Amino acid sequence: MSEAIQSGAADDSADIPSHRELVDETLVKLYFLTALAFLTVSMLAGLLMALQLIRHNPLQGLELFSPGRWRMVHTNAVAYGFLANGFIGALHWIVPRLTLHPVFSRKLSWFIYAAWQAVVLATAGGIVLGEAQGLEWGETPVWVDPVAQLGLLLLAINFMPPIARMKGPVYVTLWYFMAMFVWTFLTYAMGNFVPQYFVTGTSAGAVGGLFIHDLVGLFVTPLGWGMMYYFVPILLKKPIWSHGLSLVGFWGLAFFYPLQGIHHFLYTPIPMFLQYGAVVSTIAVELVVTTVIINFFGTIWGSTSAVKTNLPIRWFYTGMIYYFLTCLQCSFQVTLTFQKVIHFTDWVVGHAHLVMFGVFTMWIMGMMTYLFPRLLNRPWYSQTACEWHYWLSSLGILFMAGDLTLLGLFQGWSWAALEPWDVSVELSVPFWALRVVAGLAMFAGLLVFMWNLWKTWSSVPEQQSSPAAVPAAA
Amino acid sequence: MFESKAGILYIAGIGFFALAFVSNAVVPALMYSSLPEQTVPELVNSNLRYQFEDLARRYPDSFNAVYGEPPGGEPEHDAWWNEKCAEALAYGHKIYVGEGCWHCHSQFVRPVSNEEQRWGPVARSWEYQNELNRPVMFGTRRVGPDLSREGGRRSNDWHAVHFFRPRDLSESSPMPEYPWFFDGSPDRPNAKGLAIITYVQWLGSWQESYPYYEDYVPSMQRPDDSDDADGEAAADDDDGAEEDE
Repeated sequence: MSEAIQSGAADDSADIPSHRELVDETLVKLYFLTALAFLTVSMLAGLLMALQLIRHNPLQGLELFSPGRWRMVHTNAVAYGFLANGFIGALHWIVPRLTLHPVFSRKLSWFIYAAWQAVVLATAGGIVLGEAQGLEWGETPVWVDPVAQLGLLLLAINFMPPIARMKGPVYVTLWYFMAMFVWTFLTYAMGNFVPQYFVTGTSAGAVGGLFIHDLVGLFVTPLGWGMMYYFVPILLKKPIWSHGLSLVGFWGLAFFYPLQGIHHFLYTPIPMFLQYGAVVSTIAVELVVTTVIINFFGTIWGSTSAVKTNLPIRWFYTGMIYYFLTCLQCSFQVTLTFQKVIHFTDWVVGHAHLVMFGVFTMWIMGMMTYLFPRLLNRPWYSQTACEWHYWLSSLGILFMAGDLTLLGLFQGWSWAALEPWDVSVELSVPFWALRVVAGLAMFAGLLVFMWNLWKTWSSVPEQQSSPAAVPAAA
Repeated sequence: MFESKAGILYIAGIGFFALAFVSNAVVPALMYSSLPEQTVPELVNSNLRYQFEDLARRYPDSFNAVYGEPPGGEPEHDAWWNEKCAEALAYGHKIYVGEGCWHCHSQFVRPVSNEEQRWGPVARSWEYQNELNRPVMFGTRRVGPDLSREGGRRSNDWHAVHFFRPRDLSESSPMPEYPWFFDGSPDRPNAKGLAIITYVQWLGSWQESYPYYEDYVPSMQRPDDSDDADGEAAADDDDGAEEDE
């Protein structure tokens, strides 16, 4: 049954519910548009901070545009405004089509949408007014935390029933999604409440490290890979290369990923044996990641020309290469030897951008490039604009990550050599200037994409065929 | 088990998460549970009081407008200063978090990369066992200097001018300006300005070697004798205790 749906040909045979019964397309569209709006805000906030670093902030001295506050808007808008909305939109497409059951309640879906936007806007408003919480990636004001927690619970309540009602073997995508519903709820609760109300100091640092890490590893990563396991076989029209490797990838991630949080705080007063444990499990997860990458490259083997002709596949596989690079980089930077030099430097900032933009944003962009023609029932207005979006994004992030990684080494060596602090700032300025250029390229890519979307929506005539019949290779 | 819903939900979802939480969070929490957590009033010490009273002397109009006049009578007087100092410290911490200062200024000194020479004694667990480290302010990035040994290094008026326009004092600084900590000019800090300066002066004020200057040499001593003068700082380099933690 799921094979039929996956092949993209939704024939209306009696036992398969129609696409329209399963997917609330309006909601998916709305999630995607909201995600793009928050990404725009986030990138503008990042630009403000980048201009501050090169001492050309045009909004200097205005309290409501304080770069320190907008830096937090930048990260929170990406995590909760862009990635969360993009992924939840994808869940509304993927889960019902894969399980052949609609979500628990459409009304609840709309309520969650509204509640989640209220959470994101309250977070942004709270941060801009100086009410942030002192938790990295969790600066959501303390009075927003319980509401966000409730939202995550409702999300699980809405999506678990179709998975529970499904009979037969569970596909890889749903392993990742099921675990994610549990992990995200637990991670958010742990990170936002434990170091605020239950423990302090060094122990709070250990929990904070777990939170930063799990938010990426147990919320964003399983959603991202779940999406890849769903879309790649559909687009390439062939199954995943090795089911065994899929199992290794999922269980390896599930076991090793949560054990690594403390690697964000190496050489702090957190006990050394816990730091060693985090380092070892981080290197272990790199091996697991390698199996996942091998599995996906085994899948595309024989159809590699798809990266030239099929733009979503190109987005996905570029993201995977960046994912591998990020994890490879991580297995070096997590060692105590590298930490001496690169901790506290822009190396880490480059790493964070490579994973958040180079991997997960690229995957969501690939997914939107694939799904918008289906949601709008018409082809893209301009394929050239789609290409520009891809090249500006993929080269921009590569340039930014490379620039910041290199700068991190120079900063670290300058500090270790006990040069005056100003020397390390002065040497950073040219690199920070190049980072602005790279960031502007990435932002230009987004603008091209949104322009293309608007033109597609407004001037391409709608086609008569059903959405699922649009050719998979967009 | 590996592909069943129950296996994924209970073993991967809850089981592995719980294992990580116990080993990575509960273990350190239990290890440090014997260290008492200090409240904000308990954090007020004589070094901080000195700086706070200095603020009152330097900026009497601003100070009185925010905190009022100290009462007469020796015991009430002392209690009043402590109370106002704690109030300023807590508010300063709130501003420090709200402005995101900690995203560009770390608060821990590592035992590597010559950090002891640059910043001062290596960070120890008990230093963070207080209310103002909920959540902990370790930080992960140093766009500007580490601040955990900043207290007492510079005077209150230096901080006032620096918050108002950093580049007047530090030409290459990429730090933003904070004019909303002042009523128009750096010699008129408002409630926020007084509080954030109090918080910054608190950082490291619990150290025996406060204020910890880089290459600190007591003024009555010639630079050649500096090796002997390090005795006090060396007492803090207690590597044995570091491993005990």
